[in-house]
Formats: sequence, structure tokens, C-alpha cells
Amino acid sequence: MDDRIQILSIIGAAGLLLVVLELVRRRALLERYALLWLFSALGLLVFAIWRDGLVVLADAVGIASPPNALFTLAFGAILVLLLHFSAAVSRLADRSKLLTQRVALMEEQLRRLRQQPDASESDDTTEQAEELDPVSMR
Amino acid sequence: MTFGARNLAIVPAFNEEATVATVIGRIREARPDFDVLVVDDGSFDDTAALAEQAGARVVRHTYNLGIGGAVQSGFLYAREQGYDHVVQVDGDGQHEPADIGRLFAAMDEDPTVDVVCGSRFLSADMRYPAPISRRTGIHVFAKLLSMLVEGRVSDPTSGFRLYNRRAISLFARDYPHDFPEVEAVLMLHHHRLRMREVPVRMYARGGGASSLNAGKSAYYMVKVLLALFIGLARRRPVPGPGDTGHAVAS
Repeated sequence: MDDRIQILSIIGAAGLLLVVLELVRRRALLERYALLWLFSALGLLVFAIWRDGLVVLADAVGIASPPNALFTLAFGAILVLLLHFSAAVSRLADRSKLLTQRVALMEEQLRRLRQQPDASESDDTTEQAEELDPVSMR
Repeated sequence: MTFGARNLAIVPAFNEEATVATVIGRIREARPDFDVLVVDDGSFDDTAALAEQAGARVVRHTYNLGIGGAVQSGFLYAREQGYDHVVQVDGDGQHEPADIGRLFAAMDEDPTVDVVCGSRFLSADMRYPAPISRRTGIHVFAKLLSMLVEGRVSDPTSGFRLYNRRAISLFARDYPHDFPEVEAVLMLHHHRLRMREVPVRMYARGGGASSLNAGKSAYYMVKVLLALFIGLARRRPVPGPGDTGHAVAS
């Protein structure tokens, strides 16, 4: 059997592991996500070193060809990861929406307070009641 | 309604410099008992400055959140400033501020109603010049919603609505994102809030560009349908701010 591909795999998996660790060290990657990638890289490294691992794995889940077991597994893992990121992005979008709304409301309040400098000491809600026209059309 | 009630007109506006001042002027003229709040949803043009000149309060988003986020900001504002009623009037001049009285009359007539929705399809005076495709879409939603909420809904995409305090506080907490009107009707139903429709006039846009073009309309249909069916399955009561019930894969 050709050793070259094994050496390449080991180098690739080890490289990925190092890149992930470096990103964490530089704080470019939150530990929570780093963990995902660390396990992926470790898994790859294990199968690069342990040649029969794939065969054992394929047998265990009933896949005739070991490479197919690898692809199935990798595909599944990537799908889950992507879904996870979609959920994370949705959560971030939601939070930034809340922040934007909050900032916008605060800016408006600040502008109004600035327009009446003497009022800045007093309670905002009473201020509001005074400036409103109490006469209702209805 | 009660004497001295505090009323707020929310005008969501995105690049509406052509019409926003006119809309504000018409609201102030027709309803001096309303404060006007323009929610400038990240416009690139002079919408905010013109709105302020026209005498409105202005809340500016730093970037475009979409109509749902804009209207929700208005609800948040109303809740925090203690307003009793909110009416939404679009910044493009589609809605007739003089008809706010009709919305109010319906709420006065039946105090158990939380939201009064202006419908362009109940009016004998059918001035709404929507293309047939748009109208078909609206009627599909109307049929579907009428079944889901067990009551007649003729114009579920109308944003011209009057809300009381209960509705304000519900939508300040949770308001649908992109095309909110249809889903909001379903939310009201789930939270046991009551909605009524009254006939109103609506006009073609006064200027600017609609948030819907031909290509987006299909997307709109699919998205709202999805939102409706997911809305049916969504757990109650409403999630708190920050949690919109997105699926979280872990």
C-alpha cells in the first residue's frame, strides 16, 4: 500500500489542528466553535494514522466501501455544522435587531432631552405629559 | 375613547423623502390628537430630516431592519412612553389619515376589540388600484387566514391598523420580521386578542419604491405561507425579547 497518501493525510489533519489552535490563541475563534473544529481535526488525524479504522467503521454501520463511510460521515457532520451556523447567524441577526432598536429609541430620547436643556434633570415621563396637548379630538 | 388618551401614529419609512412630509402633514391636520413618530429604517435619503422638519418625532435605525423591525420599534416606543393607542400609517401615502376616525369608531363601538384593521376590500368605494396578481395573492391569504382564525379577514396585508395597549405590548415583545401583517393576524388570534376590520380608502403609492416588486411577490407568498404554518406550530406564550424561537441545532 502506498504510504504517500497517508503521510499527506496526516500532514493535512495535523495542519488543520494547528491552524485551529493558532486561531484560538489569537482569539479569532471563540472556544465554543473552536471545540467543534478541534474534534473534527482530531477525528481526521485519527483516521489518517489508523488505516484500518475506516474499514472497522464501515463494517460497523454496514457500508460496503470504506471511503463511502468516510464521505457519508463527513457529509453528515458538515450538514449539522451548517445548520448550527444558520441558527447562530439567526440568533445574531435577532440580537443586532434588538440593539439597533434600542439605540434608535435612546437616540431619539437623547435628542429630545438636549432640545430642552433645563429639563434634563427632571423625570422624563412627567416631561412627556406636559409637552403633550391634552385636548383630544374625540 | 377616553378623554386625554395618548395616541401615536407610527410611520415606518425607508427612503420616502418624496412623500413623508406630506403624510405627516396630513396626519397632523386630520388628527391633532396624535403624536407622529417616523421610524426611519436606515434611509439613504433625507427622510429623517424632512420628517423632523414636518414636526414628527424620529427614530432612526442605523441600518435597514425591514418593515417588521421598523414597526416593532414604534411599538416599543409607544409602550415605553405609555401611549394608549397606536395607529400605523405607511410613509408612502397609501393610507388616508382622515380614515383613522373610522378605525377609532369601531374600537369605541366594541371595547373588547384590540386591533382595528382598515380593509380596502370592504369599501363600496373601491379605489384601490392593485394589479390583479397582487389582489389574487391577498385573497389567498384572506381565505387561508379566515379559516385559521375562524372569522372573516378580508384584507390581511393591510398595515393600516389601530392598536390598543394590549396589542401594543404584545407586538412590542414580538413582531414578525419581513412581511409582518399577515402573520400578525395569526398572532393576535393565538393570544386571544380580537381584531375587527372596517372599510377604508387606500391609494396607489405617492412616490418612492414599494418593498415589493414582481420577483419578490412570489417570494413573499411562499415566505408568508411558511410563516403561517410555522406560526401554527410555534409554542405559546410568546418568547421574550431575543428569543424568536429559531431552531437551535446543538
